[in-house]
Amino acid sequence: MSEWLIFLGIGCHAVSGVPGLFRRRDSDAGQKFAVVLGLIGSALGIVGAVGSLWQPPVANSVIKIDAISVIFLLPIFLIPALGGVYGLTYWKQAEHIHNGQKLRLFYGLVTAALAGVTIAANSILFLVAWEIMALSAFFLITTEDEDRMVSEAGWLYLVTTHTATLCLFALFALLRNVTGSFTLVALPDGLGAGLATAIFLLAVIGFGLKAGLMPLHVWLPGAHAMAPSHVSALMSGVLIKIGIYGLVRICSLLPHPPLWWGGLLLVAGTISGVLGVVFAIGQHDLKRLLAYHSVENIGIITMGLGLAMVGRSLHRADCVALGLAGALLHVWNHGLFKSVLFFSAGAVIHATHTCEIDRLGGLAKAMPRTALCFAIGAVAICGLPPLNGFVSELLIYLGLFRSIGIGHETGWAGSAFAPPALALIGALAVACFVKVFGGVFLGVARSEHARHVREADANMTGPMLVLVGCCLLIGLAPLLVAPLFEQGVYAWSPDLATGAVSLVMLAPLRWVSVAGLALIVLIVVAGVLLGLRLRHCGTASSGTWDCGYAAPTARMQYTSSSFAQMLVGCFVWVLRPRVHAPGEQPLFSRATQFRSHVPDIVLDGALRPSFRFGAKITSSFRFLQAGNIHAYLFYIVVFLILLLLWR
Amino acid sequence: MNPLLDLILVAVLLLNFVALGASQLRTVIHAVALQGVLLGATIVVAHSTVTVWVIVMAGAVIALKGVVIPRMLFHAIREVVIRREVDPIIGCIASLLLGGVGTALAVLFSKTLPIAHEHIGSLVVPAALSTVLTGFLILTTRVKAISQVVGYLVLENGIFIFGLLLVEAMPFLVEIGVLLDLFVAIFVMGIIIYQISQEFSTVSTRKLSALKE
Amino acid sequence: MSHIIVHIVLILGLPPLLLGVIGKTKALFAGRVGPPLFQAYYDLAKLFRKGSVFSTTTTWVFRAGPIVGLVTALLAGMLVPLGNHSAPVSFSGDLILFAYLFALGRFFTASAALDTGSAFEGMGAAREVTFSCLAEPALFFGFLVLAKLSGSLSLTGMLDGPFPKGWGVAGASLVLVAASLFIVLLVENSRIPFDDPNTHLELTMIHEVMVLDHSGPSLGMILYGASVKLFVMGALLMRIVAPFESGNAWVDWGLFVAGMLALAMVIGVVESVMARFRLVFVPTFLVAACLLSAFGIVLLLR
Repeated sequence: MSEWLIFLGIGCHAVSGVPGLFRRRDSDAGQKFAVVLGLIGSALGIVGAVGSLWQPPVANSVIKIDAISVIFLLPIFLIPALGGVYGLTYWKQAEHIHNGQKLRLFYGLVTAALAGVTIAANSILFLVAWEIMALSAFFLITTEDEDRMVSEAGWLYLVTTHTATLCLFALFALLRNVTGSFTLVALPDGLGAGLATAIFLLAVIGFGLKAGLMPLHVWLPGAHAMAPSHVSALMSGVLIKIGIYGLVRICSLLPHPPLWWGGLLLVAGTISGVLGVVFAIGQHDLKRLLAYHSVENIGIITMGLGLAMVGRSLHRADCVALGLAGALLHVWNHGLFKSVLFFSAGAVIHATHTCEIDRLGGLAKAMPRTALCFAIGAVAICGLPPLNGFVSELLIYLGLFRSIGIGHETGWAGSAFAPPALALIGALAVACFVKVFGGVFLGVARSEHARHVREADANMTGPMLVLVGCCLLIGLAPLLVAPLFEQGVYAWSPDLATGAVSLVMLAPLRWVSVAGLALIVLIVVAGVLLGLRLRHCGTASSGTWDCGYAAPTARMQYTSSSFAQMLVGCFVWVLRPRVHAPGEQPLFSRATQFRSHVPDIVLDGALRPSFRFGAKITSSFRFLQAGNIHAYLFYIVVFLILLLLWR
Repeated sequence: MNPLLDLILVAVLLLNFVALGASQLRTVIHAVALQGVLLGATIVVAHSTVTVWVIVMAGAVIALKGVVIPRMLFHAIREVVIRREVDPIIGCIASLLLGGVGTALAVLFSKTLPIAHEHIGSLVVPAALSTVLTGFLILTTRVKAISQVVGYLVLENGIFIFGLLLVEAMPFLVEIGVLLDLFVAIFVMGIIIYQISQEFSTVSTRKLSALKE
Repeated sequence: MSHIIVHIVLILGLPPLLLGVIGKTKALFAGRVGPPLFQAYYDLAKLFRKGSVFSTTTTWVFRAGPIVGLVTALLAGMLVPLGNHSAPVSFSGDLILFAYLFALGRFFTASAALDTGSAFEGMGAAREVTFSCLAEPALFFGFLVLAKLSGSLSLTGMLDGPFPKGWGVAGASLVLVAASLFIVLLVENSRIPFDDPNTHLELTMIHEVMVLDHSGPSLGMILYGASVKLFVMGALLMRIVAPFESGNAWVDWGLFVAGMLALAMVIGVVESVMARFRLVFVPTFLVAACLLSAFGIVLLLR
């Protein structure tokens, strides 16, 4: 029964953009219709997904809906629907008459395809849904394809996503070879180690490209920065998680993983996490910065998955449960707070028409609701209590500590590097989000645009507030969602008997609620006391003191670039920032400028040079391209003769 | 497994980090000198029976590694008027981190080596490997010729620690050979530094690349 | 129950005294009489009676900074065992909450500094968050060593009763961890040789320059919160360095207070005999602290 609700929800999303195609380009009716259809579809889908938990899991040769599917389905239905509402103001059809219809068509399609991937039990269906998702996402990224930067980002995405698909073709061909059918079932125990490793590595590369795991992340920053903000929220919050979904699924099918698989995922996750946040600190563009944080959070999720794999190799149910539940909960959490952040970044861009952090500032006065949402999202993404990011990171931390053999005989010393690395990631994230929050919302406006802004309307702040509410709910009452994630753990690890793990026993979820509530109550009490005290003693207002300097201007503020400068200096060996400094100046110097930016180490440091080199090598064969049709035919004949001779 | 020996080796390992992270040339030389003194002490600790010969050997090592060679280096600094900073190719933090990774790898790798039974679980092999790695790191990432000498010293200290594995089998042979080797090497290096500074009026090995074809 | 009350009273009441002891020690070294031991209490009382000046550029974030900083430090104080007495609140995994509470406080105090739009405070905030980034891994490597030694994942369990045994089993690791935590303590609480709150030049400060614009009760909260942070982290370190127990619960309280005062004197001595490091070297020392405690866990796990 409930699966039909899910199908109906998927259908609603898939067709939501179609009616708008038949409306006039300058009318908003099609957009409103699409949003309503999307909301209905999401409501149906969420009801269906939650309802499916209370009935035996649907599993046939085409469709399989278990707890893992449900965990991924819920954000897939929630976030795009809210993004649609947000788009009512952000990407108003009347203001974007050339691309509004296209955007909505593919927005609905990508949502439907994402949901399709998570319920597919058949590799053909999986790949079809996957390709629809990948291609729709390409058209979403290139919404404004008249801009050269946008189309470049789009092409880069297209190339990488097809490389990923290529890996998946090989992966599913191997699976078909082993199991003898296209249905995705657990692989037999007697699987050869080489074959199993090949399947695992193909999954890591193919799905890692989609998820944006560090050396494979090249498409991600550009695509997230160039797409409209609600599309960025969808991509960062939901779309890249589908890569994680695939990896989780394939890992659950493989029997008896050796220890180094988990170790590999742990190392890859750590690299992705640390470097993701380090590169984020170096960025000047608000959306690019948030995009690099997606790389970081994918890293954290991968660490959790790696921990679960290590747990399976060590036969430690507690590590499996904490790692997988932490990873899956972080999938939710990242979807929630990253969407808040992209939505509020979009509100800022909508109001100021710039996403350069160093040209913003002081927006908290004019946009108090957006600022509050951004602040809460920032605290959540740093993994700080009392919000949801803390809960998932706590689970992963506990699992990592336990996997070393604390309070247990069996353990693996190799994962000892991971908890401090996670702490480093958290501390760097705090630094980065203080930089962004301070640079964009606090202080004084640094440009004319930022000085005259208005608060975003209810269409934009409403979705943010809903998501912030979800963040608070998970952060303060993790017990509510814990049973679902326990189900996910059982669905993932078939050798665990039901009832073998209990998140409540393993993690102090009650204490998290208590501590979060105590924190909030104490802050409110202290705030009230301070307020009373101030009323009694009196307050005055004046300019910022600034060590006695009488006339500070906005340009004297610490910019976000200078805020990050020390950290960029600490990580200069990986960031390799390009600095364009003025040369030597005469005694009375002329107007001059200083610029710096941090290029992507993989894309600009490795891929572009190697492709350029390849182009240089192959360009020596240009002479073959004579432009003469007879010559081409002659080549074909020569080639044919060669082939005939070879056999 | 000798707890006192392990404790000294921990100190030796920490001095590696000092040598990697310090920004002043003097600090680095002091660290290496102290390392030499500690190594002299290890000879006494590692021998099960302490004879006069052992004491003499330890004294010789301490005198050479802890006093004579550092003095020569300080003398060189004064004579050639070298600036006091270390001048690394990669930053202090990066070399520290590399040193940390190297130490962790050394500990991992030492488990896979086929070692005599009585040395399993002791710190001798990890400390030796890590010190050798540190020496290589200093040799490859420092510009000044004098730092190169220091790197060579650290490298040699690492080899010396390896020698501790053999004290029971071949007493003194290793030590004497190593000391001789060291002395010759420092001698040669001293001449080279002198030549570099004469030729280019600097002691940076970067200038040596001008000699290539 | 009575021990919980004593715990709360100590956390609330004792921290400013540490500042007094540090000041007195430094004065002794300099051959001065110095301010009275209870000067910090007088300062706080005075500040809480004063009015405040708020900059016109600031928002709610500026007022929230000191509040969050103080509340997080106090809550962290509820998690840490004082001497031989277990903490009032203790659960498996509280060490992560402990570290992240301080991070939450840092987020808001640094944001409050940026809220003033002053270059000086931005500078201080940047330094504060940068140095904390490097201090955090050191702290967690230390936690790993303690957790591995005790087999427990709560602060109380890690540092509890049978802890002195750890010194016999893994003395070298514990020395390394203690040294590393001492560096972290000095950095996080902005003491010499990493930061000097008393210089005349704002350009070279870290923590003090970050809170330049706060006044009155807000400034009082910041001073108080900073002393609580020093006290809490100091209690953690003291328990590792001096795990003494007498057998009598009330004598243990006395031992603990004496230990904390001794720690304050040690900090005072360090501040008197050392000069401040150049700012660019601080990251190097923090990385070294990380390596120390990382080396501690390597020694333990090999």
